[in-house]
Amino acid sequence: MSDHSHSRPKSALGRWFHERLPLSDLSGHMLDYPTPRNLNYWWTFGGILTLMLVLQIITGIVLAMHYTPHVDMAFASVEHIMRDVNYGWLLRYLHANGASMFFVAVYIHIFRGMYYGSYKAPREVLWMIGVLIYLVMMATAFMGYVLPWGQMSFWGAKVITNLFSAIPFFGEAITTWLWGGYAVENPTLNRFFSLHFLLPFVLAGLVVLHIWSLHVPGSNNPAGLTVRSGQDTLPFHPYFTMKDSFATVVFLMVLGAFVFFTPNYLGHAVNYQEADPLVTPAHIVPEWYYLPFYAILRAIPDKLGGVVAMFGSILILFVLPWLDTSRVRSGTYRPIFKQFFWVFVIVCIGLGYLGSKPPEGAYVIWARILTAYYFIHFLVILPLLGLLESPKPLPPSIAESVLAGKKPTVPAE
Amino acid sequence: MKMLKTLGLAVAGLAFIAGAALAAEEQKEAKDVSYSFEGPFGHFNKAQLQRGYKVYKEVCAACHAMKYVSFRNLDDEGGPGFSAEQVKALAATYTVQDGPGEDGEMFERPGIPSDRFPSPFPNEKAAANANGGAVPPDLSLITKAKAGWYGTIEQLIHGIGGPEYVYSVLTGYKEPPAELKAEQPEGKYYNPYFASGHWISMAPPLVDGQVTFDDGAPNTVADMSREVSAFLAWTAEPKLEERKSMGFATLIYLAVLALLLYLVKKKLWSRVH
Repeated sequence: MSDHSHSRPKSALGRWFHERLPLSDLSGHMLDYPTPRNLNYWWTFGGILTLMLVLQIITGIVLAMHYTPHVDMAFASVEHIMRDVNYGWLLRYLHANGASMFFVAVYIHIFRGMYYGSYKAPREVLWMIGVLIYLVMMATAFMGYVLPWGQMSFWGAKVITNLFSAIPFFGEAITTWLWGGYAVENPTLNRFFSLHFLLPFVLAGLVVLHIWSLHVPGSNNPAGLTVRSGQDTLPFHPYFTMKDSFATVVFLMVLGAFVFFTPNYLGHAVNYQEADPLVTPAHIVPEWYYLPFYAILRAIPDKLGGVVAMFGSILILFVLPWLDTSRVRSGTYRPIFKQFFWVFVIVCIGLGYLGSKPPEGAYVIWARILTAYYFIHFLVILPLLGLLESPKPLPPSIAESVLAGKKPTVPAE
Repeated sequence: MKMLKTLGLAVAGLAFIAGAALAAEEQKEAKDVSYSFEGPFGHFNKAQLQRGYKVYKEVCAACHAMKYVSFRNLDDEGGPGFSAEQVKALAATYTVQDGPGEDGEMFERPGIPSDRFPSPFPNEKAAANANGGAVPPDLSLITKAKAGWYGTIEQLIHGIGGPEYVYSVLTGYKEPPAELKAEQPEGKYYNPYFASGHWISMAPPLVDGQVTFDDGAPNTVADMSREVSAFLAWTAEPKLEERKSMGFATLIYLAVLALLLYLVKKKLWSRVH
């Protein structure tokens, strides 16, 4: 591995500090971190996600300096940000579109993990922390969307918090407790603001654990092979810092295209109308990144059943490492799994589409079929595939999988 | 194959965003108007915004509030381009309630540039009472709050059609079709472009020649509707020009940076692969 060549301070002061807190060991470890040399661009989204979290926290903190969490003033304070605060429009559009792009990146990251079997031993804990991050992200984004106190903010909050009333016996009490009253009102907005401020820092903590639990077993890779020798890896810096930087800047261009040229496309027009508890919008739909789960919720004719299915569809990800019985990690070497993987992706997108449609007629029938398939994929297909499928032969090593017979060059130190 | 998959995924991703767009029932698709501020290169037409402001002031402002816009905004960069003196004079033509003064009473005074546009009614109840039970919506954000058409791809390419929605409602009053005539509610008018059903509480607000433009521009209902919808596009998104120009600078910067990083990455990796 590394000889910590970066981490031995040369100055006397540096050594003094190093003996008391060896911070430079940490940065040394990060820079030298041996990374499989065959990573493709789908692996750059981890870095992109870290940047997005930082960007959201920075823009969010500044927005919070100008925002007023009160039902009578929240909407106006957002307009104050858009009109009177210097570059307030930029901060808000970055934050709102940043949330969407955060989810774009996290979905790519999750599907990448699914395709290449990144959840399998020895990375189960890494995966589970990832699912937890995703859950906290969803809660954070939901509460953030309530803050501008537009029509969809209000009615979205009402629909989602009402779900908890489906819980037997304690449902009503729990909803009242969440609201801080008997309706979505000022106490609700206040606590959502408080939690929306808190949760990103919880996320940051979880991300530290996520990266820590990545650095213990090391990164998975497109071949799904375990690192066997130094020839299989390259130091994280400069090889992957440069590759990730390039991908990140390209990603920022996509974010920029939305922020500067169509900043409201991913939102709902009706949210530019101030919340009115007496006027229900024609359609209440969540942000696009919740739509598949919204479809699952509405596919079940029973309220409690719908809530259980919706939360179940996310919680099932926690046990994915044990549902997939195949010992081969990468989908590249699993010809049948590969087909089912893409079917699953299409099913998720289909559910997203159905979530955006009113729950009537053929939309409901399709939502039920796709919801059933969603669970069948995890509970039937993945366990059986591992037993029935015969995988393609694996390459002998990571180095050979990518260099195809060429002699691997080890970078000069 | 790989390329194809990526492409497929991108297209599917777009369909996924479909939630951004939902058709409201019964609303007729807005008429397509060509505005100067559309597209990535679009700018507001100052003369058009000034004419639109006049329509707003003389017609709309009688019933509609515009509480997020201040007089001083009228001489902001990227707006109608009134001069500071013009704004001062124009603000002074309004009467604004202020106070309480030293004696504890509210008093009235002429407007100053830092005032918001005064609302025509003291509160929602008064607004509803004076308008047959329907509150005239605040116009500050109307072109961002109402869609003229729907559809994921449609809205991505043409925007949500907010200004077009305002234009279409203003020019869209008609005699109700025979089969609907019987169910016409009292005090309501037929307008197929209106977002919440065909029946709108607002009487047709414009007639040909109603507002005389200072520059002598034509003033049919269609002309006035176009100018005022453009003005309302500006009140909803006053930083549009700043946003687009910063967008170009940012994207060009990022593109150059991406190219340089790509070349660095390529050179670096050529040593090991």
